[in-house]
Amino acid sequence: MMTFSPQLEQKFAKMLTSYPEGKKRSAVVPMLIYAQDEVGSITPELIEEVARRCEVTPLQVDEVVGYYSMLHRKPMGKYHVQVCTNISCLLVGGMELYQHACKKLGIGHKQVTPDGQFSLEEVECMGACSWAPAVEINYDFHHHITPEKLDQLIDALSSIDALSSNGLRKAH
Amino acid sequence: MPKKLYNQPSPLETQILSKRFRLDNSESLTTYLANDGFKAFRKAHEMKPEAIIEEVKTSALRGRGGAGFPTGLKWSFVPRSSPKPKYIVINADESEPGTCKDRLLMEYDPHQMIEGILIAGLALDAHKGYLYIRGEYRYLIDHMDRAIAEAYSQGYLGKNILGTGFDFDLYTHSGAGAYECGEETALLDSLEGKRGIPRMKPPFPAVAGAWASPTLLNNVETFSAIPAIIRDGGAAFAALGTPKNGGTRLLCISGHVNKPGVYEVPLGYPMLKFIDEIAGGIPGGKKLKAVIPGGSSCPILRADECDIPMDYDSLAKIGSMLGSGGMVVMDETTDMVKVALRIMRFYAHESCGWCIPCREGTTWLRKILQRFDDGGGKHEDVALLGELSRNMLGRTFCALGDAAAMPTISIVEKFAEDFEKRLARDRQLVTV
Repeated sequence: MMTFSPQLEQKFAKMLTSYPEGKKRSAVVPMLIYAQDEVGSITPELIEEVARRCEVTPLQVDEVVGYYSMLHRKPMGKYHVQVCTNISCLLVGGMELYQHACKKLGIGHKQVTPDGQFSLEEVECMGACSWAPAVEINYDFHHHITPEKLDQLIDALSSIDALSSNGLRKAH
Repeated sequence: MPKKLYNQPSPLETQILSKRFRLDNSESLTTYLANDGFKAFRKAHEMKPEAIIEEVKTSALRGRGGAGFPTGLKWSFVPRSSPKPKYIVINADESEPGTCKDRLLMEYDPHQMIEGILIAGLALDAHKGYLYIRGEYRYLIDHMDRAIAEAYSQGYLGKNILGTGFDFDLYTHSGAGAYECGEETALLDSLEGKRGIPRMKPPFPAVAGAWASPTLLNNVETFSAIPAIIRDGGAAFAALGTPKNGGTRLLCISGHVNKPGVYEVPLGYPMLKFIDEIAGGIPGGKKLKAVIPGGSSCPILRADECDIPMDYDSLAKIGSMLGSGGMVVMDETTDMVKVALRIMRFYAHESCGWCIPCREGTTWLRKILQRFDDGGGKHEDVALLGELSRNMLGRTFCALGDAAAMPTISIVEKFAEDFEKRLARDRQLVTV
């Protein structure tokens, strides 16, 4: 049995009552994605847990995991950088932006930096077409992104972490 | 200081659905109530359910998700007297490349959509709604959760809404990354906790949808148009557009234009005027080459085909579609081989794999286009791309196969010279 944070447990309790009687299976996809955010990836243990809560077999959860592109069986970076190269972004430099991101982070599609801080994904249209090229880092949208702006975003995230780990060291 | 919007509105717009976007705290129930909010619900409550549906029919509103099916007719298919519970499912799985309007409708005016959902509930005797939002829009799921909580706290959702005796519960439901789930029956499978695979039709969702109960599915924008229709009358809404194409719609324009953005215009608005005057024309004085009129699944238009009014029927007449309202503009420098390849990479990635013509067809089309783009193209590839695509048309459970085939056929036919140019260049490289 796994337990999640109190906030997530509260969300799941409400979620399981939102579908008609006997239809707890409906919670499988949302439960997986919210749990992934907390656990880091879809682990076999998590699959068992979601199956238990939604009253289905682990296999019925497992087959769902393979279908949805946002569900990952291995952990992505702390900051998951998603660069759109679909048509609207492509026309205004999305592909160049993605290639720049590969170079900047030293990783490719769905890879994670050795320190686990960043991961990269070339994604399909995420609904930011009129403000292209667009990047989503975790769940934050960034519009009209140039290679320079992407560098700034990544550098800022790196320095936040450098600061907070210094802070931790001081506290100890 | 004026409110910061994703893009500046244009004075040429006709703002019906987006009229509150600019207001401060436009997302709050207080702002909504101070600006016509819930007048339509009160009016609808006094109307007979049939009269509500009739009003929607009169409005000539057509589904804003992509297919353009008449909304009132769709509502009339749901058997109101069914002993089973009836459900309302809101399709907020906005994923058609080029489309980004539902984001704004939820972000800036969530209660307008909620009111539209409630009116549909009155018309169909439905008491539960599920708002299926794509997983990438997590901030909007949280935003909608807050808006829904606000509506509950003030009696606009839940039991005995505004003392009318009408009950309605609304829930958000997160997707997790799958274009296919925008197809309504695949969405229902996803809502039921399964892989998003399209269902055999009939039965249509109106008869057997979510959990085998009668279900109404409409797009975010479709529901958002309902309050204005009921408040000001279906005829007034219809009059804004062209015959059988009522009202206004939010068009998302992207690609090679000076002012990309989301703008609301009446159906039938001239396409070239939209590109040149509202979206500021093409940067650098370049010439227009092609337009994808309503999301990447629509057959592409050559520049000389773009002098048309933008309504469903005018686009259909020239063999394309108004689709989801995602217009992508391309200037003369655009390489159509790259465009065709990127579109096909998308459909090959998103094909759910259920039907063989789509699964295999998109994969082979992607491979041929990739080889072509890499410099290994052959003369016969051009005909092969067309032939493979035509083999997918109409031979799949859902529209994804067609969505992949239609743009490819049109690009290969209308921009054959781009493919020829590539072949000539490849030959030159070999000779040198």
